Amino acid sequence: MSILEVKDLTVTFPGGVQAVRGVSYEVERGEVLGIVGESGSGKSVTSLAVMGLLPPNAVVSGSAKLHGRELLGMDDDELVKIRGKAISMIFQDPLSAFTPVYTIGDQIAEAVRIHQRMAKDKAAKRAVELLDLVGIPHPDVRAKAFPHEFSGGMRQRAMIAMAIANDPDLLICDEPTTALDVTIQAQVLEVLKTAQQETGAGIVMITHDLGVIAGMADRVLVMYAGRPVEQGPVDDLYYRPRMPYTMGLLASIPRVDGEEGPLVPIEGNPPSPSSLPPGCPFAPRCPMRVDMCDDEEPPLIPFGPGGGRSVACIRSHEIEHKGLTGADVFPVPVIPPSEVVRVPRAERATVLELDDMIRHYPLMKGAVMKRRVGTVYAVDGITFDIAEGETLALVGESGCGKTTTLQQIMQLAPPEGGRVVVLGKDSAKIDKAMRRALRRDVQIVFQDPMAALDPRMPVQDIIAEPLRAHGRKDVRARVAELLELVGLSPEHAERYPSQFSGGQRQRIGIARALALEPKLLVLDEPVSALDVSIQAGVINLLEELKNTLGLSYLFVAHDLAVVRHLADRVAVMYLGKIAEIGTVEEVYDHPAHPYTQALLSAIPLPDPEMERTRKRILLEGDLPSPANPPTGCRFRTRCPKFATQLDEAQRQRCVDEEPSVARLAGAVDHGAACHYAEEIEVITASDDQEEK
Amino acid sequence: MGKYLLRRLAINVILVAVAASLAYMLAASTMSPRAAYQGRQPPIPEATIDATLDMYNLNDKVPVLQRYATWATGVLQGDFGKTWNGGSVNDEMGRRIFVSLRLLLIGTLLGFAVGVGLGAISAVKQYKATDRLIGVSSFVVLAIPVFVLATLLAIATYNLNRGLGFTLIEYTGEYNPQLSGWDQFLNRLNHLILPTISLSLGSIAFYSRIQRNMMLDVLGQDFVRTARAKGLRRRTALTKHALRTALIPSATYFAFAFGTMFTGATFTEKIFAWHGMGAWLVDAINAQDVNSVAAVTFFTAICVLFAAFLSDLLVAALDPRVRVN
Repeated sequence: MSILEVKDLTVTFPGGVQAVRGVSYEVERGEVLGIVGESGSGKSVTSLAVMGLLPPNAVVSGSAKLHGRELLGMDDDELVKIRGKAISMIFQDPLSAFTPVYTIGDQIAEAVRIHQRMAKDKAAKRAVELLDLVGIPHPDVRAKAFPHEFSGGMRQRAMIAMAIANDPDLLICDEPTTALDVTIQAQVLEVLKTAQQETGAGIVMITHDLGVIAGMADRVLVMYAGRPVEQGPVDDLYYRPRMPYTMGLLASIPRVDGEEGPLVPIEGNPPSPSSLPPGCPFAPRCPMRVDMCDDEEPPLIPFGPGGGRSVACIRSHEIEHKGLTGADVFPVPVIPPSEVVRVPRAERATVLELDDMIRHYPLMKGAVMKRRVGTVYAVDGITFDIAEGETLALVGESGCGKTTTLQQIMQLAPPEGGRVVVLGKDSAKIDKAMRRALRRDVQIVFQDPMAALDPRMPVQDIIAEPLRAHGRKDVRARVAELLELVGLSPEHAERYPSQFSGGQRQRIGIARALALEPKLLVLDEPVSALDVSIQAGVINLLEELKNTLGLSYLFVAHDLAVVRHLADRVAVMYLGKIAEIGTVEEVYDHPAHPYTQALLSAIPLPDPEMERTRKRILLEGDLPSPANPPTGCRFRTRCPKFATQLDEAQRQRCVDEEPSVARLAGAVDHGAACHYAEEIEVITASDDQEEK
Repeated sequence: MGKYLLRRLAINVILVAVAASLAYMLAASTMSPRAAYQGRQPPIPEATIDATLDMYNLNDKVPVLQRYATWATGVLQGDFGKTWNGGSVNDEMGRRIFVSLRLLLIGTLLGFAVGVGLGAISAVKQYKATDRLIGVSSFVVLAIPVFVLATLLAIATYNLNRGLGFTLIEYTGEYNPQLSGWDQFLNRLNHLILPTISLSLGSIAFYSRIQRNMMLDVLGQDFVRTARAKGLRRRTALTKHALRTALIPSATYFAFAFGTMFTGATFTEKIFAWHGMGAWLVDAINAQDVNSVAAVTFFTAICVLFAAFLSDLLVAALDPRVRVN
């Protein structure tokens, strides 16, 4: 019998905003149901409605039954006995999800004591046990710590501990790993699996990450514009999607094991819930749209033999019959090849060169008399170069020094140590006028397209600003040209940023960066704030611009799948140092540094079969503080190789001697900073490979 | 933390010294206690006036810096000098501080407690009738100067008493000296009712506006939702998690109100005829009483800095995030 049964759930907010329009699903004991959708698709609202945690002005109808008991409309006195006991919830951002003024232990003990009659000291003990269960080291000490003293991954573990405190029947996880780094994400997903085994609970897993779902879920529900558009067992849905939106979504995600070349974009934007198109809400973006699609919204109807599968598309049988996939249906843009790349790399000009660059931050103490008590080794000697027409990606977990590197380059100021050479000019040896002139050639695109554009400036002024700053005259024509270049209509130049969607805003940011015809574009996580279906279009645009304009990119990202698509070369950073550098093919297919191997193996693949059989290299613990890095090799405290494969003498070398990046034998452009570098394949890991 | 607070304390001592010295200089160079003696009938001989003023360290014929040195030496030994007519400033201050304290203690605490409560309710019921009522009333109270409010209250009470034919609520003075024991205590409380209302109304209005904003900030946060998702009742989640966190910023305001409580409330004291610190400052300025003005200023500086110190302590006690550094 199913634990939770949701039927025709609708949620309407004041002003006629239909956030959820008829969602039905069931979750059974021990089952994981994945709910996938983009922002605004109503996936989170659905679960909040089940929990009865929506604001009072939301109108909820339909039915949600827990063990046959209706939850909707239930008295709050009854609901509090269910919340946290029968149904628990794990939220996305674990920092804001804990009350800042109480200790983690107290908050978990509180959850225990709400539902179980237990003395205070016993509940505190139970909290420590739970923290131990989710793998928090020294749980008795850490229980007395406050939320801000925990790292992101640790907080999410504690959140899971709190959610399973009362042995719930159902766990609702709302984007549980979205805010975390991939290696930490892999750890937390492992903990979730443990928690499920421990409690036997059903799980509703809400996320936009199709890779995470592939590895976790048994069944998947795809939501679009407040409605489920396709539902089925995970393998069926991933390998045989029968609704164009699902097909597009699966085809549009960049894959870490994928081929190079353009991604499949889904044109347009998701509709606003207050003004839905007539008929099928996906029709305006659907390449298979026919006139009938606009007549009425197709219901979610059972599909195919065996049951368990349902699809909301009038052409699903045709898709089945012809065996169509997303790549067949969605038009793939043709990106012209780059002219520059034909010249061998060694003969091309070098656009940017970093030579042992160092950036340290002093740690100060004291209110009046400041004194230095330490140093944050943010960037501690990194070396790389970018040739003309090339994309170098800088990857690594948060806190590894990527952003500091970018800032140092963009400042065009003399670095604390080493050299920064931009277009052949050493930043330490140029004067003010030269620096200003050089700024034309180096431009940046920021991560958050909303925060990077002045909301009170019309788009044409935003794009014209760099032009005017450098005294260009033909501003109007150039703005129109730039808008067209990034795929926006020049007629929209009078509009304000808030009138554009996230993807369009990022295009405006790119247009602004291109205004001065730079040679080097620095991209700081340019697509990580965008929805999956939008992301592909922006990645394609960046690729095209690079090829047609002969640009070079320095691309900072934490998403290694995006990097694989966009970059030619990749540098993996760890604690202010480069761990591994080389061409994308070499590094991804034959990673030699244990950190790169762990990083690559932690990325979930949107492929259920592979996810199930894949061996993961799990890293222990969190990134050490850059103020106090380990001696010798910085990675050794978390290194699986150091922990399991090396003998005492070999380990001593890791402790004493800091490895530098060394070219690997037999490779043209591939180096790793490891004393015991060894190339192995991890993305499609095989069984004969060492694990953990 | 202890070290940090000690250093703050040391800086505060310097600040008090600077503030007090400047205040003394200002008072000593602009006020003329001589005037109080010159206009008398029969006239007092100049030499006698000089002698008297010299005795009190108030003679404007002595250079300001010299008078300041004498005053400062006294202060360092705990002696604030003499009033214009030869009374001890120390005695006067000692008496008046406690008058002010008795007047303000209840009002300050009540104002904070009720204000925070109303503010929290107002935030939880945002845009509902309760919220609007509290909001409008707060602004009405804030818009009325305290002397108007106090006077209105006094007049209303006077009329009420007259209508009833006996004194239900006292509207002037601190106590009835003819009573003693338990009766006098009750009488003192009765005398407190009106000034407390007039004082706390203002702070209730003030705190309710501040607390409403703080609470609204916190209500939208995820941890309140988490608390409810754990199975806490709405009320418990709101008080234990939301209000507790939203109290931190209000604590600073409270610390300052509490610290400056000892310096009295000028208007309220004057209107209800309580002889506290606030009334003293006005009287002292009228009487050109240099040493009293300097003493009040000195004491106020100490109170303000003590309040800052108290606010540091309170915030550190309430907020674990600032405790680390």
